[in-house]
Amino acid sequence: MADMNMIKSLNSALSISLKEDPNVVIFGEDVGFFGGVFRVTEGLQKEYGAHRVFDSPLAEGGIAAIAMGMGLNGLRPVAEIQFADYIFPAYDQIVNEIAKVRHRSGGEFTAPLTFRTPAGGGIKGGHHHSQSPEAQFTHTPGLKVVYCSNPYNAKGLLLSAIECNDPVIFFEPKRCYRGPFYGDPHNVPTWSGHPDAEVPEGHYTVPLEQARVVQEGNACTVIAYGTMVHVAEQAIKDSGIDCELIDLQTLVPWDRDTVVNSIKKTGRCVIVHEAPKTSGFGAEMSASIQERCFYHLEAPIQRVTGWDTPFPHTTEWDYMPSPQRIADAIKKTQVE
Amino acid sequence: MTERRTATTAPYTIGIPPFRPGEKADFGGSFKEQPEDLNRPDPATCTSDETTLHARGLVRVLDDNGEAKGEWNPNLDKATMIEGLEYMMRLRIFDDRMIKMQRTGKLSFYMRSFGEEAIAIAQTMALKEQDWIFPSYRQPGAQFVRGRDMVSMICHCIGNTEDNVRGRQMPVHYTYKEGRFISISSPVGTQFSQAVGVAMASAYQGKDEVCISWLGDGTSAQGDYHYALNFASTFKPPVILNVVNNQWAISTHSNLATGGKTFAERGLAYDIPSFRVDGNDFLALYSITQWARQRTEAGLGPTHIEIYTYRAGAHSSSDDPSAYRPNDEATCWPGGDPIQRLKDHLISIGVWDEEKHSELAQKIDDDVMTAYKEACEFGDLASGPYPPASTIFTEVYETVPWHIQEQREELGK
Repeated sequence: MADMNMIKSLNSALSISLKEDPNVVIFGEDVGFFGGVFRVTEGLQKEYGAHRVFDSPLAEGGIAAIAMGMGLNGLRPVAEIQFADYIFPAYDQIVNEIAKVRHRSGGEFTAPLTFRTPAGGGIKGGHHHSQSPEAQFTHTPGLKVVYCSNPYNAKGLLLSAIECNDPVIFFEPKRCYRGPFYGDPHNVPTWSGHPDAEVPEGHYTVPLEQARVVQEGNACTVIAYGTMVHVAEQAIKDSGIDCELIDLQTLVPWDRDTVVNSIKKTGRCVIVHEAPKTSGFGAEMSASIQERCFYHLEAPIQRVTGWDTPFPHTTEWDYMPSPQRIADAIKKTQVE
Repeated sequence: MTERRTATTAPYTIGIPPFRPGEKADFGGSFKEQPEDLNRPDPATCTSDETTLHARGLVRVLDDNGEAKGEWNPNLDKATMIEGLEYMMRLRIFDDRMIKMQRTGKLSFYMRSFGEEAIAIAQTMALKEQDWIFPSYRQPGAQFVRGRDMVSMICHCIGNTEDNVRGRQMPVHYTYKEGRFISISSPVGTQFSQAVGVAMASAYQGKDEVCISWLGDGTSAQGDYHYALNFASTFKPPVILNVVNNQWAISTHSNLATGGKTFAERGLAYDIPSFRVDGNDFLALYSITQWARQRTEAGLGPTHIEIYTYRAGAHSSSDDPSAYRPNDEATCWPGGDPIQRLKDHLISIGVWDEEKHSELAQKIDDDVMTAYKEACEFGDLASGPYPPASTIFTEVYETVPWHIQEQREELGK
């Protein structure tokens, strides 16, 4: 065990993959010599060689296509899209090509690959360094969509993603790279000493398709992923209400059973994500929950999300779900 | 190279095709470029600068009289040339049968390779069997070279129970892994940059493999084309990147696709050796591809080729070219017909004659008909049977996840 922040734990997962599987290659913008703008790939080029960890030209559409070609021909590429906001030049390659090639070729060709991409707000990144575009990918059959939240699940989920034979979009909550974020920008702790920063140094996996119950409770189920797991944790504390907190971890395929079982117990539900509300993944969960739990629900399902607007720069704390907004939503579910 | 025609009335430049319906198509009779104009540089030492004239001229082997000439003559033995002729004839007859059947509803849609048969066939023949073919939709002929059975190809086109892609894709979107022919998809150009990744993987694994890919003059406006050239230029993997300039992207003439002079010379800016080749000249296509493969064997990576040809038929079964170009334009095209040109050459060197040609055509016609009938025994689009509906839900992921399993159960099939 070692005390790792999320950057270190992701780096450890990548290093293990490079060591254990000669078919793993890593590339993307600035990931080689420099080690990535967030330093997730630091030292890997030096250790494993420039042919296995290299900088690519600045073209996300090209990066995605190259990754697909490599995947078709026996490699297991792990490409970094420097910010999730910049994934859209690659969207055609991901949605029309990578996601469909297994199906369209009758299973003759597959492209196992992972796109890692930092997502979400809280770093004063404005419109284009803050978005959380997971729903743009959960709507595409053929992709698995993962969103880690802490050093432990980041490493285990990334190893699962790389070893998965399906293409995976792997979102990393950049606000939580160096510490959990509890919704107070003036008080940002590091991961040091946090139980989820206790990370095995060797290989382990956190299975895709499995949610994590962060804390058990009986009065309300709060579902979140990424940075919002920690903000929700704070909100639950602030509300003083006995909530069950679920960290979804994988969005496609999501762990509906864990969610449904929890709501059958609590009868109440709050869904939290940073992305805009309309057609967000919360809408999908909300619809599924009412299909499965209609007669168990004691109150309307609440969604606390980013607004249906572009992500702002200076006013980001009024955009992102805050502990206050989430706590208010929890309280709303308690009204008979 | 003909002068680009543009509208003079617009406030900015609007390209227009050389001829519109009602106008007399006249390309000046024959190409001014001749087989002996251009040298064949050493692929193991050639720089992109040495191909400047090749990117602006036209690499040819067969002259206007069907004689093979110049440094680019690959000096193929007669068996190889007759094999190429047979594949091209087979593709044309196959296409004709399919388009007839499309008219009867046996398949939903079809795309012929009419006038472009030499391209994928000559190029695939010039490669090695371990090389990867990453085609667009007008290179199905490569599958003949790689030994694919026509029955299997037809089963795909008519979407029956034996379609190896299980009725999921439109006709002509072939997949043939055994022949290293990678799955075709409809979005144009995406394969071009993927091909660079395939080639990088081959290089990474230390294998003597090349990846060849094609896209059209219209598609070369896509970002994927430029990604491909730039990544190929940067990493220099063993890839052969072809722009098939058949001059027409559905109704959009290449005069509207670019303001540049040739497509080939774009590659020079990426420091990739670039050639413009007569796309109806089987021998020139074979030769240029051989050159490109030799270049990869020397460890020097990519070659960029503009294949100058003419789309003699409609874009697809849904298209009517008489609405936007003169009906006789194809016959006025100086590049002629690729099958006729190789046939004339073979006759001129005394290894072929009209009688052999007719016999072969008849035999192929019979083979195609036999294959067609056999394929129809497994069903066709008009009357089924189709692949089972359960194939909607399989192979989306390696294993069927719960939500897709539930949806399959909801359909109840």
